[in-house]
Amino acid sequence: MSELGFPLAILAELTHRCPLQCPYCSNPLALEASSAELSTEQWKAVIKEAADLGVLQIHFSGGEPTARRDLEELIAASAAEGLYTNLITAGVLLNKERLAALAQAGLDHVQLSFQDSEAAGCDRIGNYKGGFEKKLDCARWVKEIGLPLTLNMVVHRQNLEHLEEMMALAERLEAQRVEIAHVQYYGWAYLNRASLMPTRAQLERATEIVEAARERLKGIMVIDYVVPDYYARRPKSCMGGWGRQFLNISPAGKVLPCHAAESITTLTFDRVSERSLRDIWENSEAFKAYRGSDWMPEPCRSCERKEIDWGGCRCQAFALTGEAGNVDPACAKSPLHAAMQALATSESGKEAQSFHYRTRKAGEQAAEKMPEPLG
Amino acid sequence: MSERITITETSVPGLPIGVKLRFDKQRDQWVILAPERLFVLDTIALEIVKRCDGKASVAEIVNDLAETFQAPRDVILKDVGALLQDLADKRILAA
Repeated sequence: MSELGFPLAILAELTHRCPLQCPYCSNPLALEASSAELSTEQWKAVIKEAADLGVLQIHFSGGEPTARRDLEELIAASAAEGLYTNLITAGVLLNKERLAALAQAGLDHVQLSFQDSEAAGCDRIGNYKGGFEKKLDCARWVKEIGLPLTLNMVVHRQNLEHLEEMMALAERLEAQRVEIAHVQYYGWAYLNRASLMPTRAQLERATEIVEAARERLKGIMVIDYVVPDYYARRPKSCMGGWGRQFLNISPAGKVLPCHAAESITTLTFDRVSERSLRDIWENSEAFKAYRGSDWMPEPCRSCERKEIDWGGCRCQAFALTGEAGNVDPACAKSPLHAAMQALATSESGKEAQSFHYRTRKAGEQAAEKMPEPLG
Repeated sequence: MSERITITETSVPGLPIGVKLRFDKQRDQWVILAPERLFVLDTIALEIVKRCDGKASVAEIVNDLAETFQAPRDVILKDVGALLQDLADKRILAA
């Protein structure tokens, strides 16, 4: 692995605390308590170490990263190391003074989530009353302070009918960039899959809307689009390959190859408090387990796309087959591919059930409610 | 609502807030850092981008490059125009 470089960007999940309870949250079902979170000094040491290893960008996420009172300090420490700093926030805990303080500390960019294009849907999906209005305020303050703004919109069966309105909202708020991301089904989203899975017709319509908007808004707004893979023929190149380009640090300091990696319960993850970042990246068992192509089973091993999609997604293989080293069922070459597509068609045709909202209690009780693997 | 920027010889290009030119010493390369984006610059792109200081016009940048590299002005104008329009469309250049 002599060509293995250190990642250009890292995701720092500062806390799992969050006022919102989105049913597709990318955090693990077992949420870390605030008492387990890394201290300010520990995070600052991680930031310094990451910058020394060649990281250029740091994304502060959570949970809700603004729930950490030391966010200003961590942004300032990152800026002092020359890192590009990005805040991924729900926006509801911010006021204009705090935002200005974050900008003053060296914040480069804000990514603000919206759960829908209007208050009823937004507040219902996030289970936070009044959230939509607060997000509108937050977007306005970001612009007034002069920071670049991206809107993050996660889409699924219960809000896709508003996709055009969501794009219009991004235009109205003068976002320079918008991320339209279909839900990916791990952890909380896997638990809520039957309520979230889009129909194939919805997916096709969404893709048309995004393509038309890209044409219309060329040079005005950059649109990133993340597609779902339950209807795909080929798997996604998840994280650009396991342990190749990306790492994520959890609130308790666990170093993960992706934010869903803890859903693979057969792996254990090392902590920044116990080993150096470089050592974990290069040598930890969890990173080595599915790095490159040596771990691959057939038909991946002899597939001409093995270094394009790197075998798809390990978390998905684990969730749907019970074994993270199996072929990702999103690939048409998987024996479970037809069953996966049939499942998507069947679940997307159901009446939406009520959400299992993201709460500590729901996480503790999730095991018995998780959908069964395929086959 | 903002409008698409069209790069002409009179445009005065510069990097907007939230976009940074930086030397990546661990990898010995110049990069542009932008929201969720990172662009590695080759030698030619770097020569162009580092002249985008929010003061010089495209015409002045082209003149300077033609002088520095002893190359035909019309060829340079075409390359510079294409690169800057592409960067503007990616929202990583203001003018």
